[in-house]
Amino acid sequence: MSIRERLSGNEAVAIAIRQINPDVMPAFPITPSTEIAQMVATYIANGQVNTEFIPVESEHSAMSAAIGAEAAGARSLTATSSCGLALMWEVLYVAASSRLPIAMAVVNRALSSPININCDHSDSMGARDAGWIQIYSENNQEVYDNFVQAYRIAEHPSVRLPIMICQDGFYTSHAVENMELLEDREIKDFVGEYAPESYLLNSRQPLSVGAYGLPAYYMEAKRSQLEALKNAKQVTLEVAEEFARLSGRNYGLFEAYRLEDADYAMVIIGSTAGTAKDAVDKLRAEGKKAGLLKIRLFRPFPGEEIAHALKNAGFIACMDRTESFNGQCGPLGAEVKSALFNARLMPEVINYVYGIGGRDVAVENITSVFEDLIRIEQTKDAGDRYRYLSLRE
Amino acid sequence: MQNKVNKYLRSEMLPHIWCPGCGNGIVLGALTRAFGLLDCDQDNTVVVSGIGCSSRASGYLDFSTLHTTHGRALAFATGIKLARPELKVFVIMGDGDSTGIGGNHFIHAARRNIDLTAIIFNNSIYGMTGGQSSPLSPLNSKATTAPQGTLERPFDLPELARAAGATYVARGTTYHANMLTQLIKNGADHKGFSVVEAITACPISYGRRNKMGNGYDMLLWQKEHGIPVERARKLEPSEMEGKFAIGELHKSDAPEFTDIYERFIDEKQINHREAKKA
Ligand SMILES: Cc1ncc(C[n+]2csc(CCOP(=O)(O)OP(=O)(O)O)c2C)c(N)n1
Repeated sequence: MSIRERLSGNEAVAIAIRQINPDVMPAFPITPSTEIAQMVATYIANGQVNTEFIPVESEHSAMSAAIGAEAAGARSLTATSSCGLALMWEVLYVAASSRLPIAMAVVNRALSSPININCDHSDSMGARDAGWIQIYSENNQEVYDNFVQAYRIAEHPSVRLPIMICQDGFYTSHAVENMELLEDREIKDFVGEYAPESYLLNSRQPLSVGAYGLPAYYMEAKRSQLEALKNAKQVTLEVAEEFARLSGRNYGLFEAYRLEDADYAMVIIGSTAGTAKDAVDKLRAEGKKAGLLKIRLFRPFPGEEIAHALKNAGFIACMDRTESFNGQCGPLGAEVKSALFNARLMPEVINYVYGIGGRDVAVENITSVFEDLIRIEQTKDAGDRYRYLSLRE
Repeated sequence: MQNKVNKYLRSEMLPHIWCPGCGNGIVLGALTRAFGLLDCDQDNTVVVSGIGCSSRASGYLDFSTLHTTHGRALAFATGIKLARPELKVFVIMGDGDSTGIGGNHFIHAARRNIDLTAIIFNNSIYGMTGGQSSPLSPLNSKATTAPQGTLERPFDLPELARAAGATYVARGTTYHANMLTQLIKNGADHKGFSVVEAITACPISYGRRNKMGNGYDMLLWQKEHGIPVERARKLEPSEMEGKFAIGELHKSDAPEFTDIYERFIDEKQINHREAKKA
């Protein structure tokens, strides 16, 4: 039975946490994710959950404590944003390479400097190669649904890796939307109890976590970590299928929106996908074949599937909500182009940096991107393939 | 006096953005007046701050200012001071900034006894992020992350500073604003690591939740609970229960870090030159 509610994205995560009732949550406040920890602290104070909340002194400590708890066999999680995630960098790698399925609610926000509290993806994109699974959400419903699925993917025996469930700061974390929740019982049954195969202080199977890896074994350790990460793709699909049976809501590796016959395709991540769908509808109404691919799973990157979904598009706009300072493209642009190359597809790909530091993105801005693609087709002149959208000149 | 200190403010940045009843403006006022008493040279003074409501103060001060990251102001300031020991360096931090996320930098700045003047705006809470408990939140006080009261013991900031090696430690309040001005001035005059804790009210995120009334009530609370150290020393511990000492709490002499370092470098340079000659 579904429950209709009006909630912010942060509330949606907090409710999912309450329903899951994980064991340990160390957290440190940072805008715009602060509310999540506060709400969990309130559930604890009300006796609604028996999660142990640790008000740690920094995000580095938050991730370290989560690693300790998870290694001891406890289902653990934290929430953060921006500089908080950046401060965790060292231990993000430790969590992943120790194969600890910690869940983290990331509420995306720009990095300093200049100091900025608004949305972009530079925080989680900076952590994209830390070995975590990354899932992004468009709206509050997806935030909730993705968080509910998180542990099922992360804890799967063929995966056992930490997972970030990302949402856009303020756009979804603070904006309130109508959405549907599942019953507490349904969530408890779906997520299940955490039964780790090995954990610290298990006298029948003593274990060492974080050992030294000599050159003779380090590469093999990394390779097996990669295999586990690759397995997350199939597991994400299986968990989504089971979730669809429970909720009636379907998820895949990505969402294709009017993409099948699109000549002009946009690839995008996060809340702006909603805006982009409006732009696509508008262009379609004018007879222009626009389409959209919205990323859900970014790590591991489903390159083959994405290239296949884009195979009919001649002109593609990759939308990056971060500047990665490599001088030629953003992280999404790089992934999509290498996926297309591997599939021997040669469409025109224009990479846009948009919305960084909370720069507003309206339907007209997205429409202008599609118009750029149409113009490129007509003039056969791609111009600069790496551009900024809505930059004040 | 007024005109003498106005030049230290970036008046075009005023009015400030702090909440009604917030004491940070009073601390900023005391700091500005201390600059006046010190006759601070704007070209030879640097103000460094961390992140938080309090750290916003650097934006209102007309010096070379460096607004850094949460908890790290002292590390940035250490770099500035070592590069240019002749500069006067003030470091503005919140209670969380200095003793939570930046606690390690705090004890190490004290251990080195580096000549920085640290002003800690202690509002007992993480103000900027909306009232989560800080390492200086009193035991059992309420916070958004501790709706039923904190379970963790707070630090005693002056004790922490002294034990870690700070050579000037003082505490003032926004009620005792003139005393606070003097304490900041004395801290700046002192050579070595100086810590001035300024007790300031956060009625919005701390006072309300802990039934302490508005900004005015919280000022009166400071008046009633802040006991001048000379008197406090004569009182029985039971009489000081729930109260705190204000004034100059600790002062000692110890070699200052940039001095030691300069001597060390000079000596090595001389040895090196002589070795080359020989
Ligand atoms: C690495 C990092 N983590 C978290 C934050 C979010 N944050 C900003 S200010 C602040 C706490 C401020 O409290 P305090 O230092 O006591 O200063 P106040 O705002 O009360 O003056 C926090 C947690 C941040 N900016 N950077």
